[in-house]
Amino acid sequence: MGKLLLLMLEGTFTSLKIFFLTLLFSLPLGLIVAKGRMSKFRVVSSIVNGYIMIMRGTPLILQLIFVYFAPYYIFGASTDRFTAVIIAFVINYAAYFAEIYRGGIQSIPQGQIEASKVLGLSKFHTFTHIVMPQVVKTILPSMGNEVITLVKDTALAQTIGVAELFRVAQNAAARQFSTTPIFIAGLFYFIMNGVVSKSFDLIEKRLDYYK
Amino acid sequence: MSIIEVINLKKTFTSLEVLKGISFSLNEGEVLSIIGPSGSGKSTLLRCITNLERVESGTIIIGGDTLVETSREGKVLYADKETTSRIGQRLGLVFQNFNLFPHFSVLRNITEAPRHLFKYSKEEATELALSLLEKMGLADKAGAYPYQLSGGQQQRVSIARALALHPQVLCFDEPTSALDPELTGEILAVIKELANEQMTMVVVTTRWLSPATSLIG
Repeated sequence: MGKLLLLMLEGTFTSLKIFFLTLLFSLPLGLIVAKGRMSKFRVVSSIVNGYIMIMRGTPLILQLIFVYFAPYYIFGASTDRFTAVIIAFVINYAAYFAEIYRGGIQSIPQGQIEASKVLGLSKFHTFTHIVMPQVVKTILPSMGNEVITLVKDTALAQTIGVAELFRVAQNAAARQFSTTPIFIAGLFYFIMNGVVSKSFDLIEKRLDYYK
Repeated sequence: MSIIEVINLKKTFTSLEVLKGISFSLNEGEVLSIIGPSGSGKSTLLRCITNLERVESGTIIIGGDTLVETSREGKVLYADKETTSRIGQRLGLVFQNFNLFPHFSVLRNITEAPRHLFKYSKEEATELALSLLEKMGLADKAGAYPYQLSGGQQQRVSIARALALHPQVLCFDEPTSALDPELTGEILAVIKELANEQMTMVVVTTRWLSPATSLIG
């Protein structure tokens, strides 16, 4: 039992690595994608829109397989499995985050942007100091949803052979002819997501000082 | 010397001609009241002057700098970015809906622009903001957030915010239209006080004709 838990903690560590690396890259990338989607240049916004449609319109599991195998067929060389997982997760989640950002950015009243312009504040300053702080507050609930989904989606990494928490549990279950490890894994996910939702609650409370 | 000079200004919104060749000039210390029914283009005129709206043709000169001019061939020419922002600093604008930044305290709403534009230190900007709030009768509201204030108080904060940049002309776009009738008085009192201090102003209003005319009188 002790050995099983140790193995599962190792798997959890891999899952957490996928989780944090995905957030680290997809949160900023999503903002760039959102900006592209809202671009006044038709070419840019259509290309970005196509990207978002593909990312949201096909299964993540398929995207994982594509990212891992496509370079092999095109260049004859493949990236390592873990890198492929991160790339696939990042480009997939950036698309979802982008749409959430877009909703948040468009919810800021135009009058505030105009007020900022008349006050002589630069476009960049307006975006970073007037728009974004309010966007964060608006999008927090949808972001919470997405981040919770990400925790569970890390289980898909096993598709291309990365031994994350769920894969480790399945292997142990097969060895022991018992479903217990699977349920323990379930408990692990539940605890991780408990931490995620508590964190989001805390951030929401901290941003509750204005309406 | 005129601070604002508008010549033959035209503006059309998708086939609706709103401004059909407006010309006027405003001298230092004068208060210009523009009164008329909604949809008559008063706000559009103000938005063209404050560069929130592009003109179709015409000339706007503010403080000696040309914001936009139209050549004989009908080509509309706007000033470069540097000139535009210099002109912008001469104008303050108070909106109908206040447009305060809800995530900033009253104090920060006022200090943000001076700190960014004039590179004021936090202390300088705070001192300036507090004196303006004092003048607006809101000295005790510096730490409050916009949602905690009444409409009239919010509008007074937005006037303080505009004044913090020491504009040469202060423009009001229907400053009382979003307020309950009993709150319009406090805003009109502020405008009147500014007029007494020789502040050059452009005031656009729809409904409250009597207070608007009493301003001139």
